[in-house]
Amino acid sequence: MAGPMKMRATLGEGYTDIRVLMTHPMETGLRKDPDGKIVPLHFIQSVIVKVNGKTVVDGQLSQAVSRNPVFTFRVKGGAKGDKVEVSWLDNLGETNKTEAAVA
Amino acid sequence: MFASPSLRAFPALLAASLLSLTALPAAAQDAKKEIERYQRMINEDSPAELFALEGEELWKKPQGPNKVSLEKCDLGMGPGVLKSAYAHLPRYFKDADRVMDLETRLLYCMTTLQGRTKEEATKRVFGNENKPSEMESLSAYIATQSRGEPLTPGTSHPKEKEAYALGKALFFHRAGPWDFSCASCHGEDSRRIRMQELPVLYKPEFARPVMATWPAYRVSNSQFKTMQWRLNDCYRQMRMPEPTFASEATNALNLFLTTTAQGEPYRGPGTKR
Amino acid sequence: MNSSRRTSRRTVVLAALSAVLLKPFVALAAVWNKDAFGAKTAPDALKSLGVSGTAPSADVVIDAPEIAENGAVVPIEITSKVPGTKTILVVIDKNPFPLVGKFDFMEGALPFVKVNVKMGETSDVRVIAQAGGKNYQATKNIKVTIGGCGG
Repeated sequence: MAGPMKMRATLGEGYTDIRVLMTHPMETGLRKDPDGKIVPLHFIQSVIVKVNGKTVVDGQLSQAVSRNPVFTFRVKGGAKGDKVEVSWLDNLGETNKTEAAVA
Repeated sequence: MFASPSLRAFPALLAASLLSLTALPAAAQDAKKEIERYQRMINEDSPAELFALEGEELWKKPQGPNKVSLEKCDLGMGPGVLKSAYAHLPRYFKDADRVMDLETRLLYCMTTLQGRTKEEATKRVFGNENKPSEMESLSAYIATQSRGEPLTPGTSHPKEKEAYALGKALFFHRAGPWDFSCASCHGEDSRRIRMQELPVLYKPEFARPVMATWPAYRVSNSQFKTMQWRLNDCYRQMRMPEPTFASEATNALNLFLTTTAQGEPYRGPGTKR
Repeated sequence: MNSSRRTSRRTVVLAALSAVLLKPFVALAAVWNKDAFGAKTAPDALKSLGVSGTAPSADVVIDAPEIAENGAVVPIEITSKVPGTKTILVVIDKNPFPLVGKFDFMEGALPFVKVNVKMGETSDVRVIAQAGGKNYQATKNIKVTIGGCGG
């Protein structure tokens, strides 16, 4: 069960600013737990940003993106009420997404 | 210091050492500027917001034998009033007859309102990178509701004055195997651990930005940490026994620090190294 | 799904359809580039992506602090002013696996991204903007006081 995800989409000077916070361990597979065991590789591989149902950004990530990733994306133009959706998929097949209307 | 062969090189050496002396402050200034830039950038859009979301759910969740949420908990501004509550803590509470910080007060509400035992409610007060504790999430949520409010801890009640005096005494009290006090690290200007500048916490100008930004998300361990944790961890780092959660000592120290920082507009939850 | 094949490859189509329904994400996203992300050197990663040569460009802007207090979270804000930028690549030379991100921008998106990355040690951070079949690069050295890969 993926942790909370939050997104804020606001209008800037001729663009829509999209800020998204994700909960994800982004484990590198190099870290040891308190018992000395390696914590397995577990990270978001793919992030998709859609505006009004159309994909605008397709991002591929490595395990080197920080734990609990935070992203900012920008889309040309935009208007209040536009529907923005950000979704992710990780290497274990888990997914999560969030939607917000441009404020 | 200078062996005779280098007497000939003396003017060059002197020039070189003077150069490095003048170069050092500029380089140190640049480093400080870049570190401030780092701190500013990590504070824009922080995972701390996600902990506040969790905290909101926990605040509204019926728990304990009484199957009641924390929504009627009085954090000092009235039952259930969250706006500016964090900024007004620590303070004296008549019903508990003691000075309490946020976490101590939450524990009180968990036991009195929700009917939970102290043992159960304090079983896991500090979380880890995979799962925050209840206290941590609740603190994130409640602190957010004090954004912009000036830090206004209790200062007039006799027990508040007592706690302040105790906190101040503890701050300067040397003990433990290293004979450390808080002031050992936080008591003198220009002290540093590696690249971190250590603020002189008994001086308002340094206490203010610190107390205005706790609790905070710490990027070094990806965890949301509170003042109870910070005080506990300082004692651990000084190789002293860790203080009991919500103890008189921790509340006294928290009150001393917050009073020293009073008036500062709260701008947490913060994001820190 | 090609409808003219439906009758002859019915079970295959149905299985594919259910895969699409169960994992809608997979069907829409670009395939994760295993070779590029698995490359242990920056040149190998770029080779896997078909990047043969890059030219330095002042139109690719990296806004990041020169010192990161902790390598676990290094904030990097990237803007490409190169017209027609379709992709931005982020490469951290000294990381165990240098390729950190590949962002494709479709119609409407601005070639801009702010992302927090992990750096194992002080390293050059390279950003490559791809536009009109050419690769434009900017580099920034970021000092890391405590590494952020192994915890």
